[in-house]
Amino acid sequence: MRERNSDNHSSVLRLSLIPGLGHLVLGERRRGVHLLAFAMICVLILTSTWERFLEAFQGSAIDHWIASLFLVACLLSLSTFSVRDVRRLVTLGDERVQSKSPLRIALRRFQANRLAVWSLYVIGALYFIAILTPLLTPYDPSAIEDVLETRYLAPSTAHLFGTDEFGRDLFSRAMYGARVSLSIGLLAMLIAKLVGTTYGSIAAYFGGVVDNVLMRIVDVIIAFPTFFLMLMLVGVFEANLVVLVLILGLTSWPGTARFIRGEILSLKEQEFTESARAIGLPAHLIIVRHLIPSALSPVLVSAALAVAGMIGAEAGLSFLGLGIRPPTPSWGNMVSAGSDALLVAWWVAFFPGALLTITLIAFSLFADGIRDALDPKALMQRFV
Amino acid sequence: MGWYILKRLLQAIPLLLGIITVTFFIVRLAPGDPMDIYLEEDRGQIDPQAIELLRQKYGLDQPIHIQYVKWVANVARGDLGESFRYRRPVSQLLAEAIPYTLQLTILAVVLDALIGITLGIISAVKQYSVLDKIVTLGSLVIYAIPGFWLALMLVLVFSVNLGWFPTSQTRSMDYGFLSFSGKVLDRLWHLVLPVFVLGVASAASTARYMRNRLLEVLNEEYVLSARARGFRERVVILNHALRNALIPIITIYGMKLPFLLGGAAIIESIFAWPGMGRLAVEAVSGRDYPLLMATITMGAVMTVFGNLLADLTYVWVDPRVSYEGKKQR
Amino acid sequence: MLLNVQDLASYFFLDEGELKAVDGVSFHVDVKETVALVGESGCGKTIVALSLINLIPPPGRVVRGRILFDGRDLLRMESDELRQVRGGGIGMIFQEPGAALNPIYTIGDQITGVLRLHRSLGKHQAQKAAIELLGETGIPEPEKRMNAYPFELSGGMQQRVLIAIAISGRPKLLIADEPTTALDVTVQADILDLLAYLQEQYGMAILLISHDIGVVADVAERIMVMYPGKIVEIADTEDLFRDPRHPYTKALLSSVPRLGVGHNEPLKGIPGAVPDFLDLPSGCTFHPRCTIGDSSCTSEFPPLVDIGYRRKCACYKAETG
Ligand SMILES: Nc1ncnc2c1ncn2[C@@H]1O[C@H](COP(=O)(O)OP(=O)(O)OP(=O)(O)O)[C@@H](O)[C@H]1O
Ligand code: SF4
Ligand SMILES: [Mg+2]
Repeated sequence: MRERNSDNHSSVLRLSLIPGLGHLVLGERRRGVHLLAFAMICVLILTSTWERFLEAFQGSAIDHWIASLFLVACLLSLSTFSVRDVRRLVTLGDERVQSKSPLRIALRRFQANRLAVWSLYVIGALYFIAILTPLLTPYDPSAIEDVLETRYLAPSTAHLFGTDEFGRDLFSRAMYGARVSLSIGLLAMLIAKLVGTTYGSIAAYFGGVVDNVLMRIVDVIIAFPTFFLMLMLVGVFEANLVVLVLILGLTSWPGTARFIRGEILSLKEQEFTESARAIGLPAHLIIVRHLIPSALSPVLVSAALAVAGMIGAEAGLSFLGLGIRPPTPSWGNMVSAGSDALLVAWWVAFFPGALLTITLIAFSLFADGIRDALDPKALMQRFV
Repeated sequence: MGWYILKRLLQAIPLLLGIITVTFFIVRLAPGDPMDIYLEEDRGQIDPQAIELLRQKYGLDQPIHIQYVKWVANVARGDLGESFRYRRPVSQLLAEAIPYTLQLTILAVVLDALIGITLGIISAVKQYSVLDKIVTLGSLVIYAIPGFWLALMLVLVFSVNLGWFPTSQTRSMDYGFLSFSGKVLDRLWHLVLPVFVLGVASAASTARYMRNRLLEVLNEEYVLSARARGFRERVVILNHALRNALIPIITIYGMKLPFLLGGAAIIESIFAWPGMGRLAVEAVSGRDYPLLMATITMGAVMTVFGNLLADLTYVWVDPRVSYEGKKQR
Repeated sequence: MLLNVQDLASYFFLDEGELKAVDGVSFHVDVKETVALVGESGCGKTIVALSLINLIPPPGRVVRGRILFDGRDLLRMESDELRQVRGGGIGMIFQEPGAALNPIYTIGDQITGVLRLHRSLGKHQAQKAAIELLGETGIPEPEKRMNAYPFELSGGMQQRVLIAIAISGRPKLLIADEPTTALDVTVQADILDLLAYLQEQYGMAILLISHDIGVVADVAERIMVMYPGKIVEIADTEDLFRDPRHPYTKALLSSVPRLGVGHNEPLKGIPGAVPDFLDLPSGCTFHPRCTIGDSSCTSEFPPLVDIGYRRKCACYKAETG
């Protein structure tokens, strides 16, 4: 059987160099169509922006360079993934039974949740577009032409989102705004989770006085309305992009710290930790082993929600004129500019805000999907 | 109960001290000389001696630890300093602003409770129904909409296009000429949009929480027991399940205050509402340090007391938590 | 016959498939009789009890059968009539006394609620009747206890309160689902004595559910043995202990060290595990653990048939065994 098929196999493998084709031949329709569609989009972008794509390697703009490289990387990794996955499928043959590992089950459950899957697509697309922005924007986001001619143009095919008071193309600006908002959200979330996890672990690990002092500090920070704390910090420090990320991240970690500390403490008290210690195993190893499955789902969920929270907070600060300052576009300051022009040009405030809303909804639905799919109890049973 | 309240109040003191300490040091970490901001550009033209006098007036000539001790002592006495910008005592400014913020937040909480709790109950009782699906998804979506954008869109539709509600301010131009009932109506009319924006997101989170809580309670054995004893379904839900589900909501409302205050900062700025949130934003953009320190501190203090109030209510309504600390939550 | 159950089946409709928690159960309870339902943990005893008042929680429901209570079919009653039976005709005591009482109402509120519902008593009368009932179930200082919250009582006291609530509607049948499992050993006998006393006093029938055949031996007149979803043997207590016919019953009895002692022990004597409801063995579901079964047992589940005076058994080898 195997022998006879091997010829067949190598041709399928060759075919799958074009992402998705191999899967389609093997009857894996869903994955095949997805891979193929993604590859087509990449190729389409590549061909239609060919000149700008090449420009990247002559100019010195680093983001432009990254965008072009990213596009190539996408295509290459799609091919590699496709070939590898097909090889896996072929060698497994009929043994492709449904795996019962809790992560697989979670994945299947997540896939069954249509809203969550779509929100993941939206998030993916947003980040994809954000990275490729320098290739994709139809106009220079800060180009001011004949202001009197081009200011406050209503949405049209030439300007999808219309133009603002300086006649700048809002669609292009919104794409640059997406870059700012999305990267701030992600980075600030990472800072908050990192600081929170470390802080909570330290408190739980040392216990006693250290724990007490550390947690009293958390109490104080939590007592401030987070947005007020952010306001105070942007008021005191000159807020550029880096400072803003730091401010958002460093005001939002106490919740994580409390949660991680609580998890570790409750694991510490459980029997298996005691018995592990009794037979001479280091307790912290046991705790980390248990902590990961038990905290995975809540941490992932709160991370997704935190990205949304950070993006929202950044937008709020920028809206108030205290975050990202014009002319750098961010969704928040674009809405702010639009609020002054609400009477004459509704689109200036509408589109960036709508994008922001869609992003925040996508993250919430995504978080919801994880929460429903990843059952900490099942994970605990499996890994422990 | 009286002793318990006193005890909790005393416990809050270190927390309050922590709050004013954090505020002080964050603002003092600020790069630059506060005097530069006070004097704005015209520093060069002012007599250095006068500047020195001003420094003395604001206590900026003293070493930082002395300044800190003075700040704590002053806050304890209720003296929050003088605003750079308004050149008036900050406590006066706050006293004028806080009632406006309270109007907004209290009404928002009322709206939240009315819509949120009701929808949560209906959604839980009719689990898996179309209505339940609408509520669960709708609440998630509404919660995600950023308040400032929602506010602008509502203004666009209901104020600019339809002309139903005012775009901003707390009262109309002709307020002074209105009859008493006219005045009340005028004020309420101006409250509709800001309260709605502030309350609706909060209601969305309440609805979700209420739904999940009630579903949990409906699975409890005492609810099954109540059914087994022959009570009507309506009685089972309203008398046996609902009260149990409502108790933890109290804590949720205690935790909501910081979010409402944060939201108020933005909403007040949009609707030109002269509350604390707008004051804080103004203080930040104007670098009015005394006002900034005071508003932020006040926000935190209000949060602490909000939580305290929630805790006390909890103890009051839940027989299982006694204030002698018999059973730890 | 007070209660006559025929071919009762209750399924749970889960994502993983149909879980046949009770699958074709028939039995009866006579007036003023005490019958016990025994079987290992998870075999479906509680679901039988809940089926009897048609209260299976979703995603489960009664799928077929007849439950004749006082001659009327409970499964085809209007909801008003059914509510009369719940708490009125049939009283129920649940497994976990701590969980079955509403934590935020006083004991008094919870009893008087039922008294007012089923006995149409006024506020004052209900108060008096409640104190009386609490006294009768052996609660010291009942007037004081009226204002206590459930968490202020011990497990034994909570169970007494639940019994008081269950009999306050003057039921003809009291279903006691593992009334002693959650309690201290010292209290268990007291509760069983109390049940016997109340039965005498009020002339109720009792359906006593337990996973421990030793516990019910002293109290029950008849015993029904359950194995996942099915009743496999019914006999008078004496007959059952003297001459068990079903291999499972035999195993159960051999695992009881002495009558009335040794609770909460797993069935050490029986090799193998209780089968998974979603993956039941074919034919007689006991065959993987059965010592005398053979290939003839694996195709159909044996019917519960008469094998003598007042006794039934569901085993192909019952006569010869
Ligand atoms: N709410 C439910 N949802 C799904 N399955 C259930 C539910 N309740 C019970 N079951 C299933 O029905 C089976 C029988 O449950 P039941 O509670 O009747 O067991 P039991 O004999 O009373 O056991 P125990 O001695 O533990 O009380 C269980 O094994 C369980 O798989
Ligand atoms: S029917 Fe067969 S397998 Fe089942 S109990 Fe009887 S002898 Fe054992
Ligand atoms: Mg049970």
